[in-house]
Amino acid sequence: MDVYPQSILSVDGLSKSFRGLTALDQISLDVRRGEILGLMGPNGAGKSVFINVITGLYPADYGTVRFLGRDVTRLPSYALARLGIARTYQNIRLLRRMTVLENVLVAIKDHVNRPLRSLFTRNRARFVRAATTLLEQFHLADKRDWLAGSLAYGEARRLEIARALAGKPSLLLLDEPAAGMNERETEELGDTIRASRKLLEAMVIVEHDVAMMRGLADRLVVMDAGHKIAEGKPGEVLAEPNVIEAYLGTDEADE
Amino acid sequence: MIQDYIVFVGVNIVLAWSVYVILLAGSLSFANGGFMAIGAYVSGVLTVKFGFPLVIAALISGIAAGLIGVLAGFPALRTRGIYLMLVTVGIAVSVKAVIESIDYVGGIQGFGGMVGTTPWHVVGLVGLVGGGLALLSRSPLQRILDAVREDELSAASLGINPIYVKLTCFGVGAFLAAVAGSFYAHYLIHVSPDQFGIVLSVFIVLYAVLGGTNNMWGPPIGAAIMTLTPEFVRGLEAWRPTAFGVVILCLLLIRPDGLLAFRIATTRTKVVAGSKPKQST
Repeated sequence: MDVYPQSILSVDGLSKSFRGLTALDQISLDVRRGEILGLMGPNGAGKSVFINVITGLYPADYGTVRFLGRDVTRLPSYALARLGIARTYQNIRLLRRMTVLENVLVAIKDHVNRPLRSLFTRNRARFVRAATTLLEQFHLADKRDWLAGSLAYGEARRLEIARALAGKPSLLLLDEPAAGMNERETEELGDTIRASRKLLEAMVIVEHDVAMMRGLADRLVVMDAGHKIAEGKPGEVLAEPNVIEAYLGTDEADE
Repeated sequence: MIQDYIVFVGVNIVLAWSVYVILLAGSLSFANGGFMAIGAYVSGVLTVKFGFPLVIAALISGIAAGLIGVLAGFPALRTRGIYLMLVTVGIAVSVKAVIESIDYVGGIQGFGGMVGTTPWHVVGLVGLVGGGLALLSRSPLQRILDAVREDELSAASLGINPIYVKLTCFGVGAFLAAVAGSFYAHYLIHVSPDQFGIVLSVFIVLYAVLGGTNNMWGPPIGAAIMTLTPEFVRGLEAWRPTAFGVVILCLLLIRPDGLLAFRIATTRTKVVAGSKPKQST
């Protein structure tokens, strides 16, 4: 028996509309073990809504989401996070008045799952060491006592990813991680994401940046106006006429 | 009398902490005067009518208030910001109205016969609660509470259940206010519902807010200053409330985030040169 199915996340017929406006129309896709899945599409294609429905921010109208074989469609955000789905936000959401180190420490599962017991947690140095190691991987260790709110944009983005990884998730969803970044920062972010890859089972990246996606994603899914219009290897998908058309319809075709 | 000062300052410190505990998870409670009344009356009935020892009665009344707080808070804490505040005001007003209508505890005449609180009870309570908060302030739990207060959404995506955390804090805050109320009632001998009006709840919030709510030392300082100031300006006779109000306004103008506004990080590695942690205001 295949206890661990090939797909980590399995989405079937997911639909969501807001006051009659369809944001997601019958989206079905699988995120496979070990892959980075790129989710692309012009503005308003429903990519962020997709992430938000998967992570329990909005309830789905129809369809099911299965995570590691388990139906998780109706679970609240915190329960999904505990099961191992981590995410970052398009507009970075850090705990700005807490230090960089605290931002990572707060996500540690031992504490989060049993908040009251964490009052008496022993050997806290172990957790601080683990968090510091994680921060070193993200080149933030020298700023661990800074307030998160005082970090530069690129650093804040790296911290948000580090914090998401601190809970040892199986699946990480990145919502437009390169938004608002210049070329150099985007390149650094690519390195960060590649480095995170071995800590996870799979990753989904929602992104506009075609060059970045070509370099990072193993597979691409392209959405337009709430529909899935293409799926496959980046080179092939980006050459498909309807994908080019969807992108030329906006000003995003800066390739 | 020095004994009065110790008891009233101590009770007010615990009340200020009871607001602080709820505020740790980001909710502002104007219900704590009501929880204090529950503590005063429940423990009073237990000692006067059933002969319970004071400390046991205080603990039972604390648990009762905590349960009432959790039950009333469950629908309230799902609402946000200003609505939540209004619900807590509602709790305080209803507790007073309910007590006024129960003849068993004397209705609007009040309820008497409670004795037994010594300054040591109050000092012990302040020590226990302060010790617990000191333990908390260096624990991972403090970070979880801070995360909920900072941003519920990102707390939830890290696996923290914000409603559970806020509800627990609300229950613990109600418990503390009720225990303080028990000791207060057993010092005063007689209490009546009009002592527990909404103004009391507003004052308790002021203690915490004036002292500063970013660390555990602000609320007791606020409570001590606010309790003792009216005594120090006693000579001003009719101008006493005015002088008191001026002191509050001045504090808010000079230190809008409270006297002790800084937050103390729950953990800190050796500070490396050039990476000084910046204090928030």
